[in-house]
Amino acid sequence: MNVKSEGQNRATLRKRLRVESAFKSLMAISAFLVLLSLVLILAIILWKSLPALKLSMITRNPGSGYYLGREGGILNAILGSLQVVFGATLLALLIALPAVVFLNSYLRRKSWLAETIRFSLDVLWGIPSIVYGAFGFLVMITFHLRASLLAGLITVAMVELPILSRALDETIKLVPAELSEATYSLGASRWQTATRVVLRQAFPGLVTAVLMAMGRGLGDAAAVLFTAGYTDKITTSLLQPVATLPLAIFFQLNSPFPEVQQRAYASAAILTILVLLISLASRSLSRRLSRHKIR
Amino acid sequence: MTVSRFDRRDHGPRLLTAPFAFFPVALTAVIFLSLLNKAWPLLSLKSLSSLLLSSIWLPSRGHFGLLPFVMGTLWVTITAFLLAVPVSILTSLYISEYAPARLKRIFQPVLDLLAGLPSVIYGMWGVLVLVPVVGKYLAPVFGHQSSGYSILAASMVLALMILPTIISVSVEVLNSVPLALKEAALSLGATRFEVIRYVVMKKSFPGILAACVLGLSRAFGETIAVLMVVGNVPVIPRSLFSPAYPLPALLANNYGEMMSIPGYESALNLAALLLLIIVVGFSIMARWYLVRISRRSG
Repeated sequence: MNVKSEGQNRATLRKRLRVESAFKSLMAISAFLVLLSLVLILAIILWKSLPALKLSMITRNPGSGYYLGREGGILNAILGSLQVVFGATLLALLIALPAVVFLNSYLRRKSWLAETIRFSLDVLWGIPSIVYGAFGFLVMITFHLRASLLAGLITVAMVELPILSRALDETIKLVPAELSEATYSLGASRWQTATRVVLRQAFPGLVTAVLMAMGRGLGDAAAVLFTAGYTDKITTSLLQPVATLPLAIFFQLNSPFPEVQQRAYASAAILTILVLLISLASRSLSRRLSRHKIR
Repeated sequence: MTVSRFDRRDHGPRLLTAPFAFFPVALTAVIFLSLLNKAWPLLSLKSLSSLLLSSIWLPSRGHFGLLPFVMGTLWVTITAFLLAVPVSILTSLYISEYAPARLKRIFQPVLDLLAGLPSVIYGMWGVLVLVPVVGKYLAPVFGHQSSGYSILAASMVLALMILPTIISVSVEVLNSVPLALKEAALSLGATRFEVIRYVVMKKSFPGILAACVLGLSRAFGETIAVLMVVGNVPVIPRSLFSPAYPLPALLANNYGEMMSIPGYESALNLAALLLLIIVVGFSIMARWYLVRISRRSG
């Protein structure tokens, strides 16, 4: 046996503790850096946006000469973004919900079909939104559509579909199997079990998933870049082009006029606040809704 | 006694929901095939390798060398990855192993928020903060001339964007390490860092690797934020301080108005296809690796 002297042991222990504290402080520093970067991002954007952040930004459309620095706001882009996002999320949900029910109620968990579908969702999840944008543009040309609310909405729905489906799939997997077994033993069909027990149980997760997908859709610029177009008016039909907030920021930022650039910062602040609201809503809603879950 | 798998009442709903479940599979195939179809005219004229290895990009003269864009994508993404991974692993270890409970509660919303911020916001922040920092301070220190619109600025923005993804997945993985394992190591006299190094990291390595690949695949396709700070010059980058022109930026800048020049449309669709194949290739590799790991340990 290898017996070390007391002194040697002390020395190695001291060394080990030094390594411990060195790495601990390294970890603390990087965690602090992450926190700091968020604070910096938010602070700088809010600070820069203050001079241009007026009520008219959210109550008015761009007037004539808006892009030269004259009067107006970005109501068109705010409403347009909401139109695109609500439409897209609804469309994605209409596909994701039945797909996930089929996946979880009518297929065995490890069957090759279920694996294939989940794998394709993973692949779709990984496809960059700019590729969806390009694909959406190709579809548009094929069907002789112009850049419009409809085209933008469909493209954003494609971006949201895998996010939504995977999140729903995960929440449904978490529903305890005993619950469905209990309803099966009472003679319920799989459909009844899925719609009246499993989905109800997974409802809080569904709400979070929907809000998460909305947040992603709201900020996605690459998908709407070629498909949604841009307009200074408020869009009233599916076939008209539509303005979106990320693109409004992008275009205003590229302007040579400092006044317009400042409005880009203000628009960015508005977009950030919208995303923040969605994230807060999802937290509080999921907490409130979870109270009625059977555990 | 055999029990039939389905109730008779289930036939209708099953047939009704099935098409929706097959939709993702079909969509994947359609996206791939339609891009391939559009890229085909160029691929039938020139070989893929000649397009990929040529660095001359002059659409008006019919030169469609994609090498600068592929290299730009690789430079930006890999640098961002190298910047983000150490910070995120250290941070997630801090959150899961050391941080007091109150700090832990702060981190989750912060990470969610960072992950949810739109890419335009990151891009704008990069233009406001990182581009001047790189151009005025960092580049001169390393003896380079740079406008600041560079690979370094782009990869810093990108690293910030993928941090929250990697951290939140890693923290989840780290939290799933059984407490008993850690306690056993502690009871043998290991310091907390030794527990992390020999027990926690060993146990959670595959999961953390998956988290990193997730971040990487997100980084490959990020468009707007990178486009705003990377300079968009179609040359093969020489250093971190030179500008670049990644594939997503190429698409974003040119895809909408590509109709007039012959072959241009094909070339851009080929670029989109390349991007798709790179990203999908990574996710397949990660999946294959994870399956292998889980089989070995399970």
